[in-house]
Amino acid sequence: MTVSATLGKDLTGLEHMTPEQIRLILDTAEPFKEVSERPIKKVPALRGKTIVNLFFEASTRTRISFEFAEKRLSADTVNVAASGSSVSKGETLVDTARNLEAMRIDMVVIRHPSSGAAEFLGHRIASNVINAGDGKHEHPTQALLDLLTIRDKHGKIAGLKVCLVGDVLHSRVARSNLWGLTKLGAEVAVCGPWTLMPRGIEELGVKVFGRIEEAIEWADVLNVLRLQLERMEKGFIPSLREYYRVFGVTPERLDRAKRDITIMHPGPMNRGVEIDSRVADGPHSIILDQVTNGVAVRMAVLYLLAGGRAELADAAKRGGPE
Amino acid sequence: MTQPILLQGGHVIDPSRDMDQAADVLIQDGKIVSVGRGLGTPDGAIVRSVKGKVVTPGLVDLHVHLREPGNEDEETVASGARAAAAGGFTAICAMPNTDPVTDNQAAVGFIVRQSDRAGLARVHPIGAVSIGQKGERLAEFGEMVSAGAVAVSDDGRPVVSSHLMRTALEYARTFNIPVADHCEDPTLAASGVMHEGLVSTRLGLKGIPAAAEEIMVARNVLLAELTGGHVHLCHMSARGSVAIIREAKERGIRVTAEVTPHHLTLTDYACEEYDTHAKMNPPLREAADVAALRGALKDGVIDCIASDHAPHAYDEKEAAFDDAPFGVVGLETAFAVAYTELVVGGVFTMPDLVRRMSTEPARAFRLAGGTLAAGAVADVAVFDTAAKWSVDPTTFHSKSRNTPFAGRALTGRATLTIVAGAIVHEL
Repeated sequence: MTVSATLGKDLTGLEHMTPEQIRLILDTAEPFKEVSERPIKKVPALRGKTIVNLFFEASTRTRISFEFAEKRLSADTVNVAASGSSVSKGETLVDTARNLEAMRIDMVVIRHPSSGAAEFLGHRIASNVINAGDGKHEHPTQALLDLLTIRDKHGKIAGLKVCLVGDVLHSRVARSNLWGLTKLGAEVAVCGPWTLMPRGIEELGVKVFGRIEEAIEWADVLNVLRLQLERMEKGFIPSLREYYRVFGVTPERLDRAKRDITIMHPGPMNRGVEIDSRVADGPHSIILDQVTNGVAVRMAVLYLLAGGRAELADAAKRGGPE
Repeated sequence: MTQPILLQGGHVIDPSRDMDQAADVLIQDGKIVSVGRGLGTPDGAIVRSVKGKVVTPGLVDLHVHLREPGNEDEETVASGARAAAAGGFTAICAMPNTDPVTDNQAAVGFIVRQSDRAGLARVHPIGAVSIGQKGERLAEFGEMVSAGAVAVSDDGRPVVSSHLMRTALEYARTFNIPVADHCEDPTLAASGVMHEGLVSTRLGLKGIPAAAEEIMVARNVLLAELTGGHVHLCHMSARGSVAIIREAKERGIRVTAEVTPHHLTLTDYACEEYDTHAKMNPPLREAADVAALRGALKDGVIDCIASDHAPHAYDEKEAAFDDAPFGVVGLETAFAVAYTELVVGGVFTMPDLVRRMSTEPARAFRLAGGTLAAGAVADVAVFDTAAKWSVDPTTFHSKSRNTPFAGRALTGRATLTIVAGAIVHEL
């Protein structure tokens, strides 16, 4: 087991992290960006480390991003998906993890539909645990890559006005962003129908906008959340059509904004529901930069948790951690 | 003829007669013979010096789950009755959500026989309101009462249909039993796992709003008024419910209510770190709810404390919060948690507490006990209210260990429990 001097053993969420820890990850990601731009996209920093990507929920982008990050650091990786594994035969989460650990692994990247699953696992196994999304709780690496992308674009995070738009109630991306942004000094707001706002959200120090026009008027950055199509089936909104008409981020609405506004989306997008294609593909959008940064941020997290020292990250591109 | 028992030199608290004084208690043939100073020792009597200790009518718990039949690995009638005796309880009422459901006279009779066989705390069966607790057809209240049922309830589930609740309240009048309801609007509570509020928002867990309880409390009160039946409201958790019950009692509606030790002492912050031992239904709520529940218990708006003892196997609670079952055990900690938090904490007096854990619950379900009056059943508990101990679940007599109070330092402990004139627990 490796316990990072700077991050501890696990990365389960941003709520309990310090601003310094968050900045450290962002700063460590910087030198790793360049690795992905090389013809040979590989450094030996995690050579000999074994990492299991344990995905109890479908994921394309996050799983692939983690896998690229691991491979570009030269770790050995195994992907375990819930279907077709012993999980579908009724094995408990903790038994699955203990069995993997008995094969002598170093890290587990877990995605799970239950909030708290990553923390649960982290308390029960010696390997480092990285949360790749747990229920409606947190998705820390997504928020970290969002922070890095905002910082790249605006040169700072403190003082910026960032609004999370859409299904905040069910969104782990929203929660992690909220903690990360407020810790780094941004002003945070949320906007969406009241049916998709969690109770007590105002008490977390965020503004709540009931209308997208007000949010656009206020914000420097809009992070538009995915609207899960099942929300309509469960009765949180009457129709996708109306959602687009009332809350959709459209060029017409952006044109009325006083200032230049940056548009983000954690993906996958529902074009024509929460976001208009002309916005997603337009000049305000930094959506693909988010995806690119995802690999660098995840490399930084893996490297730091494995005991790598931030000041050596640059050197790590040539040699192993210490 | 059983051997007489003389409890000598103790301090007797009997809220049924407003007694709070030094006195001996003499018991014979399963009855209280007399309570007074300097009682003589009859021939062959078992004499226990209880100097420095408090002698009370045995505690009565209107709400426990014993898992027999169906899940005997988690609890049986005997193990539950043993845990009860160790906690100072002389009578407990077993909810019918067993497997199969206790919804007929044979099933009720089985609980009574298992209780007699154990010979520990009395276990009074509660029959189901509806067959299979399915919320459709009334179970046979009359036959179940004949077999020993003291109330009916579909606890674990609410009685969703207002029509069924109405007929249950009306039909129960014939047999003079209460209908105990788990007050929860299932459409509002659906798939919630904790109180809906700031903590659930932070943890990303689906909340159960207080309104899910309050709506059903209000409905039940209105139906009790309509029918003249007696509704007993299980495990109240929300301050809004307290306000509704207060108004109902002022209007003379036949309503009684209970609250658990954990709802009197813990808030939703206990769910931090996804501690599944803080997962119960109704959920732990906010500090303002705890304050309102304490106030209501003190002034009698809520009649009594009930444990909602809900044993679960270790494996079941060793899971992600969403996947763990609701419920905690409570029989062996109920008195000490309440004593430590409420009496030592200066909110209640010891007579207040005994009233709420013995006299009033016995009265609510019309059970023998809850009093030390001469001629009453000799169900007696002796407490060392100076005893300090810390909760070690591995020492529980219950077969399950799922307590939110593990490791907690508590004051007050039952040192002697007597049921029907026989000693069933002694430290």
